[in-house]
Amino acid sequence: MAHENELNLKATELRLGLPGTDESEDMVSTAKNNKRASPESLEDSGSEANSAAKSGDHETSSASKTQIVGWPPVRSYRKNNLQSKKAESETGMYVKVSMDGAPYLRKVDLKVYNGYPELLVALENMFKLSIGEYSEREGYEGSEYAPAYEDKDGDLMLVGDVPWDMFMSSCKRLRIMRGSEAKGLGCAV
Amino acid sequence: MAYSFPEEVLEYVFAFLSSDKDRNAVSLVCKSWYEIERWCRRRIFIGNCYAVSPQIVIRRFPEVSAVKIKGKPHFADFNLVPEGWGAYLYPWISAMARSYPWLEEIKLKRMVVTDESLELISKSFKNFKVLVLSSCEGFTTDGLASIAANCRNLRELDLKESEVEDLSGHWLSHFPDNFTSLVSLNMSCLGSEVSFSALERLVSRCPNLKTLRLNRAVPIEKLPSLLRRAPQLVEFGTGAYSAEIRTDIFSNLVEAFSGCKHLKSLSGFWDVVPAYLPAMYNVCSRITSLNLSYATVQSPDLVELISQCPNLKCLWVLDYIEDAGLKALSSYCKDLQELRVFPSDPYGAEPNVSLTEQGLVTVSAGCPKLQSVLYFCRQMSNAALIAIARNRPNLIRFRLCIIEPQAPDYLTLEPLDTGFGAIVEHCKQLRRLSLSGLLTDRVFEYIGTHAKKLEMLSIAFAGDSDLGLHYVLSGCESLRKLEIRDCPFGDKALLANAAKLETMRSLWMSSCSVSYGACKLLGQKMPRLNVEVIDERGPPDSRPETCPVEKLYVYRTVAGPRVDKPDFVWTMDEDAALRLS
Repeated sequence: MAHENELNLKATELRLGLPGTDESEDMVSTAKNNKRASPESLEDSGSEANSAAKSGDHETSSASKTQIVGWPPVRSYRKNNLQSKKAESETGMYVKVSMDGAPYLRKVDLKVYNGYPELLVALENMFKLSIGEYSEREGYEGSEYAPAYEDKDGDLMLVGDVPWDMFMSSCKRLRIMRGSEAKGLGCAV
Repeated sequence: MAYSFPEEVLEYVFAFLSSDKDRNAVSLVCKSWYEIERWCRRRIFIGNCYAVSPQIVIRRFPEVSAVKIKGKPHFADFNLVPEGWGAYLYPWISAMARSYPWLEEIKLKRMVVTDESLELISKSFKNFKVLVLSSCEGFTTDGLASIAANCRNLRELDLKESEVEDLSGHWLSHFPDNFTSLVSLNMSCLGSEVSFSALERLVSRCPNLKTLRLNRAVPIEKLPSLLRRAPQLVEFGTGAYSAEIRTDIFSNLVEAFSGCKHLKSLSGFWDVVPAYLPAMYNVCSRITSLNLSYATVQSPDLVELISQCPNLKCLWVLDYIEDAGLKALSSYCKDLQELRVFPSDPYGAEPNVSLTEQGLVTVSAGCPKLQSVLYFCRQMSNAALIAIARNRPNLIRFRLCIIEPQAPDYLTLEPLDTGFGAIVEHCKQLRRLSLSGLLTDRVFEYIGTHAKKLEMLSIAFAGDSDLGLHYVLSGCESLRKLEIRDCPFGDKALLANAAKLETMRSLWMSSCSVSYGACKLLGQKMPRLNVEVIDERGPPDSRPETCPVEKLYVYRTVAGPRVDKPDFVWTMDEDAALRLS
């Protein structure tokens, strides 16, 4: 019960950063809008457009790079091409997780896990349930709950059938089903 | 006794002259040669669209079949030229539509092209063959539809890196069913998916298609179908090069590539799945040009591919290649002439890959034909630059971008003056140079002293005083384009070398220390220059004369001050210039 409340608080807590990150970590926003010229030349140039942002300089953390207009000289279409890749690697691969009977959904970052065992343990911890062993023949036979996922084609699949990498690229959302309902998903007859 | 050849004979002889320099020289011999030459010049190159007007061009050269026009200054590529500055194509097309009905070729760079212009092109020139839009903007896929629908003899449509408003992929379907003349199609900059069946049919019915560069939206599984229909392809750009790993996709690709015995150039490779790279291995031995600058794969995969390409002459790649990959490049590709290494994470505070100055040094040592370099890295040393200079005195283009502005020699913490000095001293044929890192006036002294063939120089966050600019303007005899940003260069050097500016195509200075007063003076002194002050803070008159201008663009012109200026551009001494022209 107490744990439920704790979960609730966590979910509604106001903080910087994407859901799913530890509370201790604040995402440092890359100061993409903080445009300034090099400090050495600014004194001479007197360019107001650049100096307006200068005041923001000192507040940005050293971890993020303040950006100068047009520097480094990379054309925008190149930046755009790479950015989508980068955004993906920085923000993770979040999918919604629903559990039959639970009032609200959770989200997990699939990139954080190296394989199925880790993912299943994380789900077990998140929802306070047990999932049990996977077998190709029986699925999660005997468990109270079974993890399923919706793939790119919209089909409901049992977690564990395909290689982890393929799962990562095809999983659109996770669903923790009651064991009794999950029977039909197993590979077994 | 005066001998002269009949005009027809001279015209016949002049037809063998293709270089503009030669034709210009011929025009200066005497009035009759000028006349003969102007009637038989077919190809025109206009390096700055504001240096001359369409009317002047048409008046002098009445029978032109190919034009090449460049618009905005190079720094527009990096968002330093505000939106709306100019370089509009329409006035050119409108004038040429009337006077050059047999125009066949239009090649443009950094111009603003509208759908209206494209439609006018498609309807005005009955024998239109070649349209190349390099780094242009202002048009949508509707404009492309006009071209496709109306240009019955179109051979080349190349949208090289243009910014197109992508309304839909439907434009491709506008090529009529009886259209078969296509030789080159580059649509790699477009986002939308085109109808694949329309593309297939187009490729099938154009037997002379040599260049096909697809856009990202064409999936890898569809490539074999296209390659099979065009085994004569010489240049091919893939779309997104990724899919689930399936043996049937892989084997289809291998087979399709094998059928292309003439492939020399490959590009595309967005979202690469490394497992699919080997599908190309059996064409690699003939490959001379490889653009992997979108391929976000790691060094070992890149090396595997490159090691199959012993005839590689040109490589564009991301810094994922790392020093190790460049070492491999230098041992496998002895014919390499051009190398461009782009940053995968230009804004990251810390290096994300193991690419340093060492990679470039190794390539300079191992590739004897290397002449053109563009290299982004995070550290550099004078020692490395000196080594590169000594290894490769045959360099003609050297563009180095050390990502952190004013970064010193990381070993000695000194400026990189001596390093770049060595480059200009040893590389006597150097035509293009871009500087970066910590630099004092010294480097400009070296450049002014040695870089006698230098035509284009790009400077950022460098120098100490006007002396730097003075060295360059007074010493670089061949200088045509000079672009400077964020340097402490001011009035003195500019005014002292005003005459030099008439021998150059253009000068760009932004975030420097040139005062409004000096700009006015320059405009007054030099009526054949357009001295444009670009300032988004409002009229320069509203500030003291000593106040530095935001941006300055100076170019020689015979067309006088331009009439299409936006409200943030002022031409200095416009009135006087108008009176004179």
